[in-house]
Amino acid sequence: MQEIFNIFIRSIFIDNMVFAYFLGMCSYLAVSKTVSTSFGLGLAVVFVLGITVPVDYLLNEFVLQPGAMVWLDEGFKDVDLSFLSFILFIAIIASMVQLVEMVVEKFSPALYASLGIFLPLIAVNCAILGGSLFMQQRDYQSLAQATSFGLGSGVGFFLAIVGIAAIREKIRYSNVPPALRGLGITFIITGLMGIAFMSFLGIKL
Amino acid sequence: MKALRNFLDNQKPHFKEGGKFEKLHSMFDAVETLLFVPDTVTRKGSHIRDAIDMKRTMIVVFIALLPALFFGMWNIGNLHYLSAGESSTLWNNIWYGFLKMLPILIVSYGVGLGLEIIFAQIRHHEVNEGFFVSGLLIPMIVPPEIPLWQLAIAVAFAVIFGKEVFGGTGMNIVNPALLARAFLFFAYPGDISGDKVWIADKADAFSGATPLGNALVGKFENLPSVYDMFMGFIPGSNGETSTLFILIGAVILLATGIGNWRIMFTVFAGGYIMGLLFNLWGENAYMDLPAHYHMIMGGFAFGAVFMATDPVTATQTKKGMYIYGFLIGMIAILIRVFNPAYPEGMMLAILLMNVFAPLIDHYVIEGNIKKRLKRLKTVTS
Repeated sequence: MQEIFNIFIRSIFIDNMVFAYFLGMCSYLAVSKTVSTSFGLGLAVVFVLGITVPVDYLLNEFVLQPGAMVWLDEGFKDVDLSFLSFILFIAIIASMVQLVEMVVEKFSPALYASLGIFLPLIAVNCAILGGSLFMQQRDYQSLAQATSFGLGSGVGFFLAIVGIAAIREKIRYSNVPPALRGLGITFIITGLMGIAFMSFLGIKL
Repeated sequence: MKALRNFLDNQKPHFKEGGKFEKLHSMFDAVETLLFVPDTVTRKGSHIRDAIDMKRTMIVVFIALLPALFFGMWNIGNLHYLSAGESSTLWNNIWYGFLKMLPILIVSYGVGLGLEIIFAQIRHHEVNEGFFVSGLLIPMIVPPEIPLWQLAIAVAFAVIFGKEVFGGTGMNIVNPALLARAFLFFAYPGDISGDKVWIADKADAFSGATPLGNALVGKFENLPSVYDMFMGFIPGSNGETSTLFILIGAVILLATGIGNWRIMFTVFAGGYIMGLLFNLWGENAYMDLPAHYHMIMGGFAFGAVFMATDPVTATQTKKGMYIYGFLIGMIAILIRVFNPAYPEGMMLAILLMNVFAPLIDHYVIEGNIKKRLKRLKTVTS
């Protein structure tokens, strides 16, 4: 139980998707103009990561890993399908994003309109695929651990994108040099936020 | 006084457009407004009539910093002679510390103001008083033995990337002084942490570990007495050691209304409560450390009084200030106790909350709007 909680906290603050690995930068930079939109995108990422990571975990555990398919037949114990993980993980993620899109369109048309093209783009968001691949690489021991890792990574991304959106709303009236307006200043802010997030670096849980 | 005024008036045309020194007009403007109250007043738009302006605000903060600065100088000298095993007088100590601090102050102000003037010139705004305080804060939060070239790079980084790219004073997201220190901390960790750097020209046999350094490695028996830590007779950054003299500064800030009591108070409250919570948990010796020890060790008091209350980077809403201050205190103690990589957590806690301050404000305002809309609905229905 404690281990699950530790993984959750660690993936939010210490191994933050944005500030520690700089994954998912495209949607992070593009959708962070206002807090309300980025809130929606952040929630979508939490949801998608929270579903795809456990599903991919099961896939990895029972199909892809070397010797994973012994539950079918003893003869499969030398079979290693891990070369398929990229394509299968992508397939799972794409279908999950379709599902999220349909749900959002049905229940919150306003959010759907404001997210626009970015919701389908979650499908190719590196943070999502990164979550699944980190899960495979770190070799989590149980479904619960994988789920808590997925949710934690999503919450970390959510915090990052909502935080930078609030800052970008604040600096809207700042006298930023014309050449830096827009993406330039956003990259600089991301760097400064990265320095602030280094406060958790090195904590052993 | 009159002669000075006349002199400035005579020189003024040279700095106007078309004059000889047109390119230096921002420098002239800075000198003129430093010496005399400017005669320009706001002409249009709604505004509040008050004698307070940015210059007076900054000068009050400057004065509030002086007690801690002078104590810091004395402490540098005192620790130096103590480590060498020599006895010295009060004035000897202060003079030694003054000579140590002077180059740091010159580099900090020289680099920072130089960059400010260049930016003011290129971007056609005035040289602001903002760096007046930052330039003093930076020397107070670095060790006495900091290599000056590192300091110069850190100040340049903080002024350019912490402030000027956002449009100068009043627009920055993170506190420039803290950013300079964080830059030093991550770029040159060898010269800003460890046991060697906190005492100027330390004799090798003398232990130069700060209280936090001792606590980090679990040598709690080496901690100085509460009295020593409160008065500041301990190794540490130049201006941060003496809680007493920092509190004198806090009284000045609070009495003049410049520093915000909400933030200051909640930072201390947050830290204290976190200390008590760790006492309850009590898993290791660090957690059992009495909560009030955290207030007087390291840079906690300095950060709470002078850094967290920075009106630009803190939250702007009242409710937000309570949340902001409380979280700074809690996270600072959390990092101290939990993170084996950093002995001190105050700097990073404040930077972290600087980053999230706009978000806190956003949700406080959002909450207010919702509440009022609800009230409106009940009235109209």
